[in-house]
Amino acid sequence: MLLFGKVQVGDALPTLEVPVTARTVVMGASSSRDWQPQHHDYAWATTRAGTKDIFLNTPNQAGWIERYLTDWTGPYGRLGRMRFRMRRPVYPGETLVFNGTVRETAVDESSCAWVDVDIELTVGEDVATEASARLAIPQDDKDNPWRRSGDDWRP
Amino acid sequence: MSSALEEEIGARTAALVPKWTGASLDAGPGDVECERGYILHWAEATENANLLYWDEGVAQDVTGGWIAPPSMLSVWMRPLMFNPNAREQVRPLEMHFRLKDAFELPEGIVTGNEIVFGVPVRPGDMIATKQTVTEIGDVRTNRLGTGRPWTIDVTYTNQRDEVVAVESYRMFCYVRNAS
Repeated sequence: MLLFGKVQVGDALPTLEVPVTARTVVMGASSSRDWQPQHHDYAWATTRAGTKDIFLNTPNQAGWIERYLTDWTGPYGRLGRMRFRMRRPVYPGETLVFNGTVRETAVDESSCAWVDVDIELTVGEDVATEASARLAIPQDDKDNPWRRSGDDWRP
Repeated sequence: MSSALEEEIGARTAALVPKWTGASLDAGPGDVECERGYILHWAEATENANLLYWDEGVAQDVTGGWIAPPSMLSVWMRPLMFNPNAREQVRPLEMHFRLKDAFELPEGIVTGNEIVFGVPVRPGDMIATKQTVTEIGDVRTNRLGTGRPWTIDVTYTNQRDEVVAVESYRMFCYVRNAS
């Protein structure tokens, strides 16, 4: 369990490397129920969309970002807010590298402890996706952000 | 200095801006309910070992039972590709397509996305969406073309009318630059 007292501004999250294959892309599309052809049909992607291959879809990237964050926090970490912007497609054969840094920490009026993290998803020298997220994590081993609701949950 | 195309689009769509700003569409519940099979497929696809999705004892202790990963949100609003009971074909983010048609801006891209999460989604939940146009910006030209930016907020609620998330899509819709 990652506790709030152990986190400081500037902390780096462990790096995650994901080798992307055609199966990664197609399974990502299938699991998000996204059947737009650029995520499963090579011929359509290359001839109609003008991309060099099929590529990861938006919801699947959100899922990978959430997984990256909760690998760090453990199950008590609760996602409150997430923002992201994709700058270039991610294709089979590439390795997607996740890096994150703690930008801010805060405790709100309801005593909920928040950690703001900036995340970059890179392929080689390219930034593929920029993201930021706000997570609630426990202040001590008796705290549980998942028990919060109503006015006690203000992401 | 404005281009002729900017002036033409500005004049043609000026009266539409106040008419469409604040417009809402109640898209109702999605075609599928939250269930464990979808959750496991999502966790499989993102190689997510979070015990909330794999260990019922941990899920019970931490979240009061199984939940779906928050980032799965859009899964619950996508229409089935085949549904013999569907009354009409509803497109994901229908309000966006209605705006494109009304403004006669045929191309569109998502420029940004932000999600604020509320109560967790749990197996058995049916998620409904309400889509609201919150902002329509001034005519501008970029490397893609000339058009207008707009923002659509999608509010996701469960069958108890609890807000599970609000998602803001920032779009730019445009006429392509002449090549």
